[in-house]
Amino acid sequence: MRNNLKKYYPIFALPTTAAFTVAFLFPFVMGLYLSFTRFTTISDAEFTGLSNYIEALTSKDFLNALWFTLKFTFVSVISVNLIAFSLAMLLTRKIKGRNFFRTVFFMPNLIGGIVLGYIWQLIINGVLERMGVTITFDPKYGFWGLVVLMNWQMIGYMMIIYIAGIGNIPSDLIDAAKVDGANSFEILRHVIIPMVMPSITICLFLTITNSFKLFDANLALTDGAPSRQTAMLALDIYKTFYGTVGSQGIGQAKAVIFFLLLAAVSLIQLKFTREREVEA
Amino acid sequence: MKKHYSKIIFILLLAVCALFLFPVFIVLMNSFKSKFYISAEPFKLPTGETFAGLSNYIDGLAKTGFFSAFITSLFITVCSVGAIVLFTSMTAWYITRVKNRFTKFTYYAFVFSMVVPFQMVMFTMVKTANVLNLDNPWGLIVIYLGFGAGLSVFMFSGFVKGIPIEIEEAAMIDGCGPIRTFFLVVFPLMKPTTITVAIINTMWIWNDYLLPYLVIGSDYKTIPIAIQYLRGGYGSIDMGAMMAMLVLSIIPVVIFYLLCQKHIIKGVVAGAVKG
Repeated sequence: MRNNLKKYYPIFALPTTAAFTVAFLFPFVMGLYLSFTRFTTISDAEFTGLSNYIEALTSKDFLNALWFTLKFTFVSVISVNLIAFSLAMLLTRKIKGRNFFRTVFFMPNLIGGIVLGYIWQLIINGVLERMGVTITFDPKYGFWGLVVLMNWQMIGYMMIIYIAGIGNIPSDLIDAAKVDGANSFEILRHVIIPMVMPSITICLFLTITNSFKLFDANLALTDGAPSRQTAMLALDIYKTFYGTVGSQGIGQAKAVIFFLLLAAVSLIQLKFTREREVEA
Repeated sequence: MKKHYSKIIFILLLAVCALFLFPVFIVLMNSFKSKFYISAEPFKLPTGETFAGLSNYIDGLAKTGFFSAFITSLFITVCSVGAIVLFTSMTAWYITRVKNRFTKFTYYAFVFSMVVPFQMVMFTMVKTANVLNLDNPWGLIVIYLGFGAGLSVFMFSGFVKGIPIEIEEAAMIDGCGPIRTFFLVVFPLMKPTTITVAIINTMWIWNDYLLPYLVIGSDYKTIPIAIQYLRGGYGSIDMGAMMAMLVLSIIPVVIFYLLCQKHIIKGVVAGAVKG
């Protein structure tokens, strides 16, 4: 049968592989190559060695975006997961309206980044109005605005994953801990958290990568203002490519650094939390 | 005592719930206010003087061409998701069942693509699309199939590994060729994964801004492009039209969510666990 199937490559695998080559594989390899060149339209690429990387890593905007992204990721990952986990704990109890709450908390996750950005721009500017300023007045407003937005979007999603994780804990495990005289905090610390470690792994992974890659909401909420100080890495790369003439090579080098950083951070995180997963 | 406790939790959850609904409510309310009163006092209910009826909606629809953007978004999302589900499930079955060095490499290339952020291939992909004449809605479907293939192939492959091969062999012995075996036997078995893949890709493509903007943005608008278009050259925004268009873009999402809520929640959990 396998030999029979093998001949069907053009029907089964070719369409996807061809599209994949056009939309990903070729652009990826080309992008890697172009990061070592100077170019504006690809056909005029001139090899320049590591100079793009040096310029990227000494660019004030890029370093600022890097620091902003790291700070943002750190704060949002912690707040999203803490709140989502707490809500999941509450919603796995017997409480009326459980499904209703779940439905409402998850809803913002379906709204796209551009729309989210403008919704929160209205709200945050409305609050800041009392002080006579707007969100682009000071980078710290943009920062906290993005954190609030991220929380609103991601909490429901993470909560759903935690609910599934908590629901999978065998109830006799918790009963046994109660019989042994453990209080609620001890049960949480020594039974529930170790048992939902797989969910924690997933949620940390999703919140870290989503915070790191945030673009649409950043563009809509502040567009980097004031003067690129609230631009995260993805937005800074976009602006380097399309905002300044002749700096595409630097933009591509920034993109390679961005990719390597994201891959490194997520692999370290996966390894770190996977080691803490236990069997029931 | 215990009953008292759960009452407090219930009230707490209601408060959180209000916080979650508050932003949408504010936008809805402001969409009926005259545009000059929106930025200044967004939290006040419209009164006789500030009430603008449907004028923001009429304005916004004219400025953004929202209905044609809706059709474009719908076309791109439905066709891309259809193409992704059909082609990646076939590919996943093929590369899982035919084992050689080439299919193994293909599989790892797909998995690798999942960790690469869009910005890494953004510029070169757009240039490639221009050269190959893929910079139109039909071409965009090809791009989405290619860029979305990683996660979808990965998820379908995971499922195929769990299908007992005897079922397929029985179909083959009964005289089915690979195509009939796939569509009559394998594809129906994949239904749970198909739903998950469809939901995850729908949420991504419907809301995606940057990719369609760069590939077809000069000739076509999807909903996110139409919304972003309302921001003028110097960051000035017609707040009235903006509020109205935000409301119109949230409505289809909420309808979709309420109709397929069960599948969506199951889908994102399954997708997260496998992805």
